[in-house]
Formats: sequence, C-alpha cells, structure tokens
Amino acid sequence: MWLKDSSIGRKFVMSISGLFLVLFLLFHGSMNLCLVIDDICGTQAYNWICAMLGANWYAIIGTLVLAAGVLVHFAYAIYLTIQNRAARGNSRYAIEARQEGVDWASKNMLVLGFIVIGFLALHMYNFWYKMQWAELTGIETSMFDPQDGSAIVKGLFTFGWTGIIYCLLYIVWLVALWFHLSHGIWSALQTMGWSNLIWLKRIKVIGLIFATLTVGLFMVVVIYFLGVNIGTMLQ
Amino acid sequence: MDQYIDIKVRVWRQAGPKAQGHFETYELKHVFQGASFLEMIDILNEQLVAEHKDPVTYDHDCREGICGMCSMYVNGHPHGPDSAITTCQLHMRKFKDGETITVEPWRSRAFPVIKDLMVDRQAYDKIMQAGGFVSVNTGGVPDANAIPIPKPVADEAMDAASCIGCGACAAACKNGSAMLFVAAKVSQLALLPQGKIEAATRAKAMVAKMDELGFGNCTNTGACAAECPKSVSLANIARLNREFLCAKFKD
Repeated sequence: MWLKDSSIGRKFVMSISGLFLVLFLLFHGSMNLCLVIDDICGTQAYNWICAMLGANWYAIIGTLVLAAGVLVHFAYAIYLTIQNRAARGNSRYAIEARQEGVDWASKNMLVLGFIVIGFLALHMYNFWYKMQWAELTGIETSMFDPQDGSAIVKGLFTFGWTGIIYCLLYIVWLVALWFHLSHGIWSALQTMGWSNLIWLKRIKVIGLIFATLTVGLFMVVVIYFLGVNIGTMLQ
Repeated sequence: MDQYIDIKVRVWRQAGPKAQGHFETYELKHVFQGASFLEMIDILNEQLVAEHKDPVTYDHDCREGICGMCSMYVNGHPHGPDSAITTCQLHMRKFKDGETITVEPWRSRAFPVIKDLMVDRQAYDKIMQAGGFVSVNTGGVPDANAIPIPKPVADEAMDAASCIGCGACAAACKNGSAMLFVAAKVSQLALLPQGKIEAATRAKAMVAKMDELGFGNCTNTGACAAECPKSVSLANIARLNREFLCAKFKD
C-alpha cells in the first residue's frame, strides 16, 4: 500500500490527519469562546453545545473518529521519525549550524508533538473524563454535574492557586501547539502539492494565520479565566 | 583587502569505508585569503606530503561550481558558510585569522564515506537511472521552436535543471531526505512538453528508487533549499508531491 510504503504516501497521511485535527481544533476553540461570552453576558451557549453533543451517538462516533485521527498522526510520527533517524546514518555532524529561513519548530515537530499529546492526556482527565465519560458510564467522576460543562471548566480554572497553575500549564500547552501548527499547517499543504513559487510564501502566511487563530481561540478563554481568578483572589 | 592568515584545519580522517573515523587538527600558516577553499586543502596536502603523511582525500573536479563534486561540510554547512556556492567557489576571505575550520564529509546513510572527505554518491545516479530521462527515438534533431514553451515555464524548468546533484540537500537534511534533488530532476522534465508524457511514471519510479535506497521522509524544514548551491526552490518538492499523488490516485 503506497500510503504506508512510499515516503510521500506516509507524509500524505501525516498531512491529512494533521489538517483534520486542525479543523477539530477550530471547532473546539470556537465552542470554548462561548464560555467567555456566557460568563460576560450570562447566557448558556456553551452548555447548550455540550448538551447537543453529550453522549449522543453522533458525538460518540465523532469522538472515535477523532481518537483514530490522533492515533494515526501519532503512530505515523513515530514511524517517520525512526526512518528519518536511520536515514541520517550512524555518524552525526560535529558542527551543525542553523540555516537562515529554517524554522525552529520545523526541526522539533516530534518534541512539540509529545508536549501536545502529554498535555492532551491531562486535558482528557480534567474535562472529557468528567463530561462525556461520566455521561456515558453514569459513574460520578467529579463533584460537578457532567451536563454542566461550563461549571467544570470554571471550577478548574478559577479554583485559587490550583486554578492559576492549571492556567499556566494550559498556556505552556497552547504555546507548544502554536509552534507545532506554525510549521504543520503549511507543511501539510506543501506535502499535498498545493504550492508553487508564488503560493509557497502565501501558504506559510496562511499557516501562521490559522495557527494563531486556532490557538488564540483557546488562549482567550484561559487568559480570561486567569484574569477572573486573580481578580477574585485579590478582592 | 585580502590578507595572509594563520588557521587551524580540523579534518575528518577515515582510512576506509569500514574504518573508524576521527578528527585531526592541522596548523596552516600564511594562507592567502584570495585562495579558494580547495586551494587551501591543496596547500594542506602539500604540507602533509612534505611531512610524509597521508594527504586528505577529497572529491573535486571542475572547480568552477558546475560539477558538484566538492562535497565538504565546512563549519556546519555543506559547501561552507556562504550561500548559493559550491566549496570550490568558497574563498578563504570568509575565514578569520586564528580560526579553527571544521571540515567533515557528507554524513548520510545513503552516502557512505569512501575515504576521509570522499563519499559514495552513486545513490543519486541510481535515482536518475530509474526515471530521470526522456525517452526519444534517435534521428534528426527537431527544430527548437517546433513546440512553443512559455517563458516563465522554461525559466522554472531551467532553474530546476541547475541542480548539479552534489548531494548537499540530503547532507543538510535532518531526515537524510533526497527530496529536493528528486524534485528538481522531476520538475525540470515535468514542466516541459517533451517530459510531460512520462511525468507520472517518472515520479513514481524515482520516488520508489529514492525510498529503496534508504533516504528519509521530507518534513519541509527547508534546510536543503537554504544550503543548495544552486538555490533550487522548495516549490519543486510540492510539484513532485503533486505529480506523485496524482499518479497514485489515478492508478
């Protein structure tokens, strides 16, 4: 199968799975923004989306497809890295200089990926386990009602010092994610062949805009709750 | 103004393909900055011969930047710390008095060291043999203007064709990938009407050979294009991806 046996095929799988995950992140980020809007305007938009997804069959299928996407992206990353290390050969250069125009992120995608997936585990425990998992199994996993997603998020991020630590952890995560996407998005487009002499520069900018937009959506929420938390602590 | 400088040269010495290599540092006095890098190595070798030592083995041929033989990793850069040149076009004025210059061979699984700085680059020849050509019947040469080609297309094909197959791309790549080379070779033909007919089979054959020879997977870091002595663009890699993916989807 050429998707596994040829180098471009393998990279194609990386691109598709990566872009799929970016699309999910865009949705997730937009959904999160409702938290801030709810908090300011007193609406219930976030919980409405949570209720709509919840433990419905389509949300479960969505979750499974998503998990498959992460798994494929992760497995291929390991596979590609092992092959690439081997292709480098046994002897390393004594001096390796930086090249101009080569992004730091592009040379550290695996490390950044590990940071992202490490925090993802924490994130799943923080929220998914207390929301969809609790609804699915009916097990009580936290003191909050699994239907009240908004309260779970606020409860974590505005819980005194713990809240501040969690906010900072999430910021580290988001920064790593931004670096990962700053190379990943345009690289995915390039791998799919959507580039030429003119578009090479354009897709790099498009990649940066998308990375900033995606991560920005999440960042706004974290920073907002960090501010709210510090505000209440100072009172 | 060019001056005479004293330098130390830290060179990779390896007796043979299987031997364990190591660095050896030589002092070189009174080197003129107007000398090319290879002339400096020649001076070093004369000094070594005079001392009854084994001279440094290295590849070189045209010494005017078109043959692609002078494969040396100088101070962490293939072809040295200057852009868009080969090692033979590098001059000693790029270095300072008292500097220690580190010279290494290409290090890549597909380019095994033969001796010292000389590596075996037949892998690139094998990729070319797999499909880097246009099949034509012999006979009279057709008129050059029989098939009109737009100037921008001809220019892009020409830029891709400037690849000299030196191996700097695979040597500089953290993944040991030969994609820029293969992309340039596929592009120079795929862009032109004569080469377009075999574009799909060519892309598939050359990529298959590249993978078989143990080159790595491209991750678009761009170190190859940054170090390429002929400034071949990353856009060619996108074209190769496009040609290959289209060919596979059609199958």
